[in-house]
Parts: sequence; structure tokens; C-alpha cells
Amino acid sequence: MTDFYNNAIGHWVVVTVAITLLLFVVLTATAYTVWFERVALGRIQRRPGPNRVGPFGLMQLAADGVKLAFKESFVPAKADTVLYVAAPTIAVAAAFLSWAVIPIGLWYNVQYWIADLNIGVLLIFAFSSLNVYAILLGGYSSNTKYSLLGGLRSAAQLISYEIALGLSLVPTFMIVGSLRLRDIVEYTVHWGPYTGPIPLILLTPIGFVIYLMAAVAETNRAPFDLPEAEQELIGGFLTEYSGLKFVMYYLAEYVNMITVSALAALLFFGGWYLWFVPPVIAFVLKVIFFLFLYIWLRGTLPRLRYDMLMRLGWKVLMPLAIANIIITGIVLVAVQG
Amino acid sequence: MIQAYVPLLILALVAGGFAASNILITFVVGPYRPTREKLSPYESGMTEIVPPRQRFPIKFYVIAMLFLLFDIEAVSFYPWSILLRSLHFAGFIEMLIFVAILLVGFIYVWKKGALDWE
Repeated sequence: MTDFYNNAIGHWVVVTVAITLLLFVVLTATAYTVWFERVALGRIQRRPGPNRVGPFGLMQLAADGVKLAFKESFVPAKADTVLYVAAPTIAVAAAFLSWAVIPIGLWYNVQYWIADLNIGVLLIFAFSSLNVYAILLGGYSSNTKYSLLGGLRSAAQLISYEIALGLSLVPTFMIVGSLRLRDIVEYTVHWGPYTGPIPLILLTPIGFVIYLMAAVAETNRAPFDLPEAEQELIGGFLTEYSGLKFVMYYLAEYVNMITVSALAALLFFGGWYLWFVPPVIAFVLKVIFFLFLYIWLRGTLPRLRYDMLMRLGWKVLMPLAIANIIITGIVLVAVQG
Repeated sequence: MIQAYVPLLILALVAGGFAASNILITFVVGPYRPTREKLSPYESGMTEIVPPRQRFPIKFYVIAMLFLLFDIEAVSFYPWSILLRSLHFAGFIEMLIFVAILLVGFIYVWKKGALDWE
């Protein structure tokens, strides 16, 4: 890749093509994640799920997309038009931005990334924070009670769990000594006869549990899907959204789910390393496993109450994460001196 | 160095452009038959009685303030966590003092009930 960096025009052409390809791949993955969720959720509830459009219902999402594109698109009379349209755009842009720094192991010693930055994980947190703007602006600009309250609630939920999410990964950085995702995946240990990469969950199991819970809350998914608590808030900040504007919000949510799953695989489960399995297949398998975990949670657990949610975030996860950092620090200092 | 961040800008433009064009396309291809009822805010079928932008609980502001404090704490952990190997024992003790000070604040906030939602 470094050769292209010196060749100005060729480099940017390659980068733009790569970005378009990435967008295409992630969009396709998102569409099939929705299909996967609907089928898996159907099986959990002992019904078949989508099975009419195309083989196994695989074309269902294409049909839904076309249908929604031709729906009437209107802006409510009292809404702030510019913000109302801009909010879902921000959501999508923020969701895709994380993928700039996520490396994908294609083959042995061949990895793909758009920007190999030494502050990788920090950037991902920054972009996931942008999601708060999308939700707050969407709720505020609709100018409806339910949207405003739903937006405020989600914003409070997102920022509360962001702290736990940020702190849960600090032990990983302490062990590896880098924020670059590639360095974290390639982290090598020398344990007796074994030399090579390991899944870091072995060293930071508590960090992984905190990460998982905070990440589910951060992506607004069950059992933390308070923003869409339809019994209390109709549709939360989504109440006034319809057609493709609604789809854009959902697209952002599913892209965020895939991002979180990919991060879990990269940070805690050794990324593209899995015995003899080819790297790209190993990576995809791990991502699918975490996506299934999301669906499994949604099919199993009831939604939390709002006070329970805030209590869990502030009074359980955050102190636990700080204790985890300190204990990891003590062990590291004791080992290294 | 800053050149390494340009792909992020391109990605933001491409992704944002994709979303924006999708939204704009529906304004073109979809029908447009507005009625007064359709454009009114959703109130479960009722007519809107009170304007939506009213006062809302101060709790949200408190949580936002606390978030700023503790998120800065979380961010200050990051450079430290990366340099821990070269900071050795002294650096670790320094961080412990920082955490202890923050913990006092956290306990104060907890006891004051700022983290409770009643």
C-alpha cells in the first residue's frame, strides 16, 4: 500500500474504489443480517420467518427496499426540515466511518483496511459518539412529544454506556500497548512451547463481558432497546420517520451491529486467526456468531426498565470496569516490574 | 501525517452522499399527496393539545454533565494504558491517585442520588 501513497492520483483513485467496494460489501452484509435476524427470530418463536420472496426468502429485503423507496416521502408540518432530513444522513455516515479503521484479514499476511491509523479504536469510539447527534437531532427536529422524549432517553442511554464501553477496553490496550486494531489482533505471546497470537479474551474475560453488555446498549438493541419502547414512547425518535428516511436509521443500526461484532472478534477473539481456517472465513464466522448472539438476546430477554438500565450502566458496569483496569494494572506491573 | 486521515473524509462523503441521495430520491419517485392530518404530529390519533417542546426532567442534564466528567476520565486512561510498559510502577501509582480522587467524586454523586431515576 505504501507505494500508492507516494503516487498522488493513483492512490486516491484506489482509495475511492476501495471505499465504494467496502460500502457495497457492508450494505450487502446489512441486508442479509436483517434476513438472518428475521429467520432466526422466526425459528426462536416457532414460525418460519420470511420464505416467500426468492429462495429461502433471500430477496425479501430487496422487495422491502423497493417498496419503501416508492412510498410517499413527506416532512411533518411542524418539523425542522433541514435537521429532519440531515439526522438520518448523519447516522449512516457515522456508522460507516468506523469501517475505515477496521482491518479485514483476507488471507495469511494479507489484510485490507482503508486507513491504518495508530488511534484506531479511539476513532471508532469518536464515530460511535456521533450517533448521539443523529438520535437527538432526529428526536428534536420531529417536534413531537414522543420523538423528543425518545431522543432524550436514547441520548442519555448512549452516553451512559459509552463510559463503560470505553473503560472496558482499557485492559486490552494495557496488555497490547497499542490502539491500532491490527496490532491488537497480531499480539503475540510466548507461553512455553507456544508462540503466536491468542484470543485476548483469555487475558481480559471481565473486559469482554462489560464490552458485550455496553455494546448491546450502545447499538440500541434488545434487551436495552429503550428508545423503541413502543408501549411507552410509540416509536421513540423514529415516530415521525417513514419511507427511506426510516430505512436509513435502521441501516445505521445494523451497520453498527456489524461493527460491534467485528470489533468483538478483533479485540477479544483473535480476529482472523482460528486454527487452520482460512483468515477471511474465520473472520466472517466470528462476526456471524456475534450477530447471532444479538438475535438470540433479542429472542430471549425482556426489555429492561429505564431506571434499571441507568443503574446497570452507572452503578454496576462503570465501577466494575475501573476495578478491572486496576487489577489488570497490578498484575501487569507485578509481572514486568 | 494528516494525509492518512483523508480516506476518512472520502468515506464520510461517500456514505453521507449515499444516504442523502437515497432520501432525496424518495422525494422524486414517491407520490406527494399531503393532507393536514397527515402532516400533523403523531398523537395516537388525537389532536395535539399542548406543544411538544416543554420542560423535561433535569436528570438528563445531570447525566450529560456526569458523562462529560467520566468520559474525560476514560479518555485520559487511553494514553496511560498504552505507555504503561514504559511508566512502570511509578506511573501506575500516579494513575491510582487519579482514580482515587475520581472515586471520591463518584461516591459523592452516588450518595447525592444523581444516578437514581425515580
